[in-house]
Order: sequence, then C-alpha cells, then structure tokens
Amino acid sequence: MRDFTLFIPEFIAVASAVAILGTELIWPKIRKDYLAYATAAGALAWLIATIPYIGDTAGDFEGLLLTDDFTTYFRILAAGIVMAISLLSAHYMRDRTSTAGEYYGLLLVAGTGMVLMAASRELLTAYISLELLSFSLYILVGFLKRDRLSNEASLKYILLGAFSSAMLLYGISLIYGVTGTTSYEGIAEALAAREGGTDAATVVGIMLIIAGVGFKVSAAPFHMWAPDAYQGAPLPITAFLSTASKAAGFALILRLFTGALVVDAVEWRAAIAALAAITMTAGNLLAIQQTNLKRLVAYSSIGQVGYMLVAIAAIGYGDAATAEHASSALLLHIAGYTVSTLALFAALTAHYNRTGDDTIRGLRGLAATQPFLALVITASLFSFAGLPFFAGFTTKLLLFQASTTDGLLWLVGLGAANSFVSLYYYLMVMRQMYLFDPPEGHTRFRPTPLLGALAGLLLLGVVFIGVYPQPVFEATDAAASALFEVSASVLAYAP
Amino acid sequence: MDEAQGYVLLTALALPLVAAGVLLFVPGTQKMAARYFSAVIGAILLGLSVYVFLAYQASGEPLQMQLQWAWIENVGFLGENGISLHLGVDGISALLTLLTGVVAFAGTLIAWKLEYRAKDFFILFWILISGVYGTFFALDLFFFFFFYELAVVPLYMLIGIWGSTRKEYGAMKLTLMLVGGSVGIWIGIFAVVHEAGLGTFDLPTLWEAGQNGLISAGTQKLIFPFFVVGCGVLAGLWPLHTWSPDGHMSAPTSVSMVHAGVLMKLGAFGIIRLGIQLLPEGAEFWMPALLVLGTIGALYGAIAALTQRDFKLISGYSSVSHMGYVLIGLATLHVVGVSGAALQMFSHGVMTALVFLLIGSLYDQAHTRDLSDFGGIAKVMPLWVIAYVVAGLANVGLPGLSGFTAEFHIFVGTFKTYPVFGGLAILAAAIAAAYMLRMFGVVFFGPLNPRWRELKDLSPLETVSAVLLILSMLAMGLWWSPFTDRLANTVTNLPGVTG
Repeated sequence: MRDFTLFIPEFIAVASAVAILGTELIWPKIRKDYLAYATAAGALAWLIATIPYIGDTAGDFEGLLLTDDFTTYFRILAAGIVMAISLLSAHYMRDRTSTAGEYYGLLLVAGTGMVLMAASRELLTAYISLELLSFSLYILVGFLKRDRLSNEASLKYILLGAFSSAMLLYGISLIYGVTGTTSYEGIAEALAAREGGTDAATVVGIMLIIAGVGFKVSAAPFHMWAPDAYQGAPLPITAFLSTASKAAGFALILRLFTGALVVDAVEWRAAIAALAAITMTAGNLLAIQQTNLKRLVAYSSIGQVGYMLVAIAAIGYGDAATAEHASSALLLHIAGYTVSTLALFAALTAHYNRTGDDTIRGLRGLAATQPFLALVITASLFSFAGLPFFAGFTTKLLLFQASTTDGLLWLVGLGAANSFVSLYYYLMVMRQMYLFDPPEGHTRFRPTPLLGALAGLLLLGVVFIGVYPQPVFEATDAAASALFEVSASVLAYAP
Repeated sequence: MDEAQGYVLLTALALPLVAAGVLLFVPGTQKMAARYFSAVIGAILLGLSVYVFLAYQASGEPLQMQLQWAWIENVGFLGENGISLHLGVDGISALLTLLTGVVAFAGTLIAWKLEYRAKDFFILFWILISGVYGTFFALDLFFFFFFYELAVVPLYMLIGIWGSTRKEYGAMKLTLMLVGGSVGIWIGIFAVVHEAGLGTFDLPTLWEAGQNGLISAGTQKLIFPFFVVGCGVLAGLWPLHTWSPDGHMSAPTSVSMVHAGVLMKLGAFGIIRLGIQLLPEGAEFWMPALLVLGTIGALYGAIAALTQRDFKLISGYSSVSHMGYVLIGLATLHVVGVSGAALQMFSHGVMTALVFLLIGSLYDQAHTRDLSDFGGIAKVMPLWVIAYVVAGLANVGLPGLSGFTAEFHIFVGTFKTYPVFGGLAILAAAIAAAYMLRMFGVVFFGPLNPRWRELKDLSPLETVSAVLLILSMLAMGLWWSPFTDRLANTVTNLPGVTG
C-alpha cells in the first residue's frame, strides 16, 4: 500500500510551483513581486501543512523515503528558507527580469528536492532528489540571462556539478557492486556481514561518495565552483545556495552516514576529519583576501561547512551517544547558520537594491546612511564569527562540544582557531561600515518596509537562538533521535 | 535572603544591557539625554556594586548570593542543569564588583565631554560593562565565556571609532590578540567538559570534578596552559602583553580607564576561576612557570616604563608591570600571596583608572603626551598634579594608599614561598619609584613652558571622578580589614592554596 498522504506538504509546494508558472503563462503582465508574495504564501501553506507531522509516527514509503521528525525538521527549514528567499527576491527580481514565474516555481521545486534528500533511505532516490535540487539551482544561478557573470556562474556550476554527480554515481555503483543493494539498511547489513575485512572497492566507493557530496556542500578541495557561482548568481539565489543547498547536503550526509556507512566508520572517519580540517582552513584563509562581498560570503560559508563536517567526523569517531548528540548539535548549528545567513542577505539585498554595489568597500559608511542595516549585517557576521548574543556563539560552541571525542580534540581546537581567523575578515567588513564616513552623495535612506521587517525578524531569530536555544535544540534533538531510531539496528553492527 | 540578593546580581548584570537597548532608540542628536541617562545608570550600578560588596558576609560560605535559573537542559549531550544562568559571588568577585562599579561610574562621567556619536559610545560602553559584571558573577562555564567575550568585543569599535593615535592599528591588534587568546579558553572548555563527562557547564559541579579526580591529572596539566594563555593575554601576561601599550595609547580616555582598570582583571580572574579552581593539579604543576613569567613581566614593564616618553605608554607598561605582580601573587598559591593578588587587582584598577583619567584630561587640551614637551605644570594645574601624585605614590606603594596594602601582601606571600622572586618583585617596585619620580620631576616641576600657560585644571566632573577613585585608594590603604576579611575565607578555600 503506497501511502501518498505522507507527502501532502510537498504536494502543496509543487502545486504552488505549477500554479505560479501557470499564472504567468496566462497573465504575462502580472507584477513580478506579486509572484513573490504568491510563492511566500505557498511556502507558508507548505509550512502549515507540515505541522501535523511534528512528533507523528514515522511513515515509510516503500522503503525509499521516510517521513520522521528528521524529515519534518528539514521540511520546516526548507519551507522557511523558500519563504524568506521569495520575499527577498520580490523587488530584486522585479527590477531585473520580465519573466519570473520559472524563478519562483523553481525555488519551490528546489525546496522540495531538499526535503526529499532528507527523507531518502535509498541511494538512487537520494541521488535523484539531489539532482532535483541541483538542476533547479543550475537554472536559478543563471537566471539573469543578460548578465555575463550570471551566465558564467551557471556554466561553471553545471560543468562541475555534473562532474561531481558522475563521481557520486560511480561511488554508488561500487557500493552496489559490493553489497548488492542500494537501501541504506541493506548496505549496513551487507557491510557488517562481510568476512575478511574491508575490500578496496568499498573504500573507493565510499571515498567517491564523499567527494560527490563534498562537491554539493562545497567542501574544500571540492569548493572551486562556489565563489564563482555565488558571485554571479542573483543575490537572493546566493543566499539560497548558502543555506538550502548546504542544509540539504548535510541532511543527505547525515542519513547516509548514520544509516549505512557508520558500519565502516573506521574506513572513512579520518578522511572526513581531514576534509573538515582542510575545508575550514582553506575557506577562512581564502576569505581574507576577498574584496567582493558575495565571494567573501562564499568562502566564509565554506569555512562553516568545515565546522559542520566536524560533527560528521565525530559520528565516525564516537560511540552511538556521541553520534546522536553531535547530529543534534549539527542540526542546531544549521538552524543558527541559516537564520544568520538569511538575515545577512536580507540586509545586503536592501543595500544592493539601493546602491547596486556588491563590493566590501561599497558598504563604506553604512552605519551613517542606514544604521539598522549596518546593525543587522554586523549581527550576522558576528554570529558567523561566534560572538556572544548571536546564534553562532551558542550553536558553534554546542556543536564543537558535542563533537569533542578523545580522538578529535585537535580538530575541535582547529575549529576554534579558525573562527578566530574568520573574525579578522568580518571585522574588515565592519570597519567599512562603522569607521568611515559615507562617500560623497550617499545620504540616509530607508529600506523598503518588506525587507526592513524581514531583516528585523531574522535579527530577532539570530538573537533568540543565540540567547535561548532551548526550544530549537529540543526540536533538533527530536530530529536526531528519530534519525538514530531508524539506524539503531544499523548501529548494532558498528564495531 | 540569598536568592533575593541573587537578583541584585542579576540586576547589575542586566541593567547595562537594558540601558544599551534603550539608548538604541534615543535619537543620536539627543546627546544630553544619553549623558544624563548613562550617568544615572552608572550611579545605580555603583550603588548596587557597593551593596554587593558590603552585603557579602566575610564569615559565611565562600559562594554567596547565588541564583540559578535553568537555561538549556536535558537536550543533546546536556543533562540536568546543563547550562544554567547561575550567578553568585565569592570574596574575590565581590571585591572586583566594587571595582567595576567605581570605575564604570567614573568612566561615565569622563565620557560626558565626548561629542562625536556620543550615544553610540554609551551603547557599546554599557555592553562592555555588562560583560564585565557577567564574568565576575557567572558560575556557569558557558555564561562565563559568554560574558568574557561580550566584554572584549565592543572594544574594537570603542577604540576604532573614538580612539586617537594609530587607532585602527591599536584596535585591530587588541581585538585580534584578545579574541585569539580566547581560542585557548574555548579549547580548554571543550576538553574539560568532555573529560568531566557530566553533561553540565555548571562551574561548582566542574570544580568538584577537578578536585575529586574526575578530570584526570594528566588532562589538567595539558589544559591548564590553554586557559592561562587565553586569560593571560587579557591579563597582560608577558610575553603576550604587546597589545596593551598600543591599545591603551589608541583608546579614548574612559575606555582606557575601564580597560586597564577592570578588563585586564578579567584575565587574572579567569586564571583563578578556570585555572586554580577548575584545574588544581594543573595549577600546582604550572604555577612556577607562571611565577617566572609574572616576574619577568613585572620587571620588564617597569624597565620599559622607565624609557618611555609618552604618558600613555608609561601607564601601559606600568600596567604590564602591575599585572605581573598579580600573577606573581597568584602563582605563590599561598593564602597571603593570592589575597595580595586580589587586592592588587583592585588597587591597580582604581589607580590606573585615575592615571588614565588625568592623562586624558591633559591630552584633550595639550594634544601631546610627550613628557619632554611639558614642565612646571603644577603652577597651572594644581588639582591635576595633586591627583597625579596620589596615583603615582599608590603606584610606588606608599603606605596609606592601596598599592602598599596590595604589594605588601604579595611580597610577604612570595617571600614565604619563593624568596628569590620576592626580591626581584621588590626590585621592580624600586624601578617603579624611579619612573614615577622621573615623571614628577620632568612634568610637574621646573620652569613652566609658556606654551602651557592656558591649560585649565580639572573640570568639576573630572574632579568628582578623581575624588571617587582617590577615596577608594585611601580606603584600602588605611583600613584594609573590610577588604582582607572578605577575601580570607574565599582564598583559604581555594583548592591547592596553602597557608
């Protein structure tokens, strides 16, 4: 019996996407910001439809997809991100394109892809969900057809993305070859039942899978596409790339690694730890020399991915309890990171709509011309750097603390050192805003009420998670324990 | 009663934050409103601080006025009371609370004459003060670190926007060094909480774990340097002190006052809270090394001050020297020495705040801080010179002023444990006398440079602040038993401290 009621929220999302596409088809002259509001309404409906699933018993769809609290968590996250991004885009896209139906439709589709990635329990389903997200993003990144940077970004992203998909598929086929199945549980069982230790094919397969998903979350050395894609993409899509696409990548990684590959943790944990170390260090060091804000955010988000990978390494190094705690803290950190990033981009979009300047120097004197936006930007950058009162301080501290195991203290220490490095380049941005007077001709301005309210709301979120994370932490805890309920049988195989 | 007093601590901690929040909505043009409002807040905080100090029972339990609110618990790796807003004071933090109240109020009055973006200044100033109170009150490792960082972060803007000489360089160097140091604290926290394995950040619980062997001796020895380096940067521990002269030179007056007066004490306080109390075995193992570094700092700071020509650099280096004494006192792990360290924190705090106040008052008029530019200032600024002489004599350790009480304790403690270093510490005090007297001679007396005929003496607000600070110095110098009594019980109960 196929239970289609498990996916009512996603049906709503996709139906909204189709409705938005259709609306523009029938009524081409519709104001483009109305489409944004329609998208936000669709995302809100999607979010509301998710509520009944919170804490509900897990629903299994043919062994391919699972709707448990973990999936629900990413549903809320996806719907929230899509809603914020569509509101961010309203004025930006209205000023820059004549057709926006595809843009908003694809946003919803990409969000659906993200949820499916979190729900997948089978390699090919996971792969197809991943591609659903990726293909939507390829188009969205290149959506500004007349903008050469946007085109370049899209092309690079497609080429490297296809390359990484190939690696991922190769890895999947090797694992299938060894285990004879693509379901996570089957893989775990087969890996545990092998005799005579690990064979080379499994190790190569796992490494290829790591490289493939590493590309998607832009872990160094697989990060090359990210700065160009971030810089060329429309500003709201840059925000989408650095939130949804990363969160989705980690949803997939968490399911796959805790559900299937944890049995062979000895084989991959050192690789993940090294990947985390390289990613955070490269991201933060490269960020220092950037002059473009979007590239700066790209590298800083690569650094953040490095921190998140620490939790994955901890899953490999620690016992079952550590793994669950690290996953829970990782989900919390993703929430904090997402809200901070969205707040940053809400402020940057308001600034960009006004000035059209996306360099760091372009922020010069913003504290005088628009103190509120300067405050929001400062708060989100401080949140990334891990300074108190803002989400990043608490979530990063809890993430690292939960990931501290005897073998990983060095990595956690490296993470702390890296967040110190990151403070330097965030201060360079702040310096422009607060230490200098605005250039000639820049006068005080007001952001549009929509962006101002959005930025204010997200700022409240950043402070709330930073000061009192208990409610969000409880939600991520539920999500993580759902994840481990499924994999409890798998963990029994773990050495 | 205890819990009701806990709310006093909570108020002292929250009031500056509320003040910052309120100021956010005051229009930037309403400078007088911001000033009066801040002065009122400063006065209330002074009152609360005095209350906390006086209400602290010298004969009672070391930890008093405790208040514990569950904050984050029973999620993830956190168990019961995982992270709680746990506030309380012991004798040392009660003393430092008093110091904070005095210096913050004096600093508010000094900031009165600030014209440029006055409101923004006060917002950041109050955030900083809240961080300071929070660090002194926090009995939870998470919140300790939270407030510790909170106290450091506003400095970048406070110095970068309102500073003077090479302000951007000074601000960046200071911020990076201090935050860089806190990486060490961060790593230490991860290791300690993981090793204890109790799923809690509650400090008293962790202190117990440190003493009953739950945190192994090996770990303690491994982690102690992380904490000491992290806190030591802020405390001006040689050779990590290099931000101090640059930072002080660049900082605006009231920030210098709070920074040298109170913030540097956070570092030394951190060494007590995280080093001695949390890792007693590590402390026992490493304290001789800290003693050597502290002695080098005391001597180095004094000698460097001897050669400087800029007022602020002299005070910057003299702060390094005096914080060296604090570290020497702590490193003795002897009741008298550790008490002396706590007394020295207070003494140096008020003394250095006064010095920076005076330097600021002079610089605002003269726009130079070079000693050799001056001469015969006593003729035009008598009040100023009197105040400076008092501060200078406290610095040198003249009996009757706070410096004597503090340094005497430190020397006695050191002689009882490491006599050679006691001798070196006294040598540093002798050098301090030399640089102070040199300055008195060059600047205050001798022929008056006609360029300075127009200099005005202390303004009424400056006088009020200076008198407040001088009174504090006299109080500790003349009648120190209220201070030492409050410290005695706490210090004796510190793990590993002998008497």
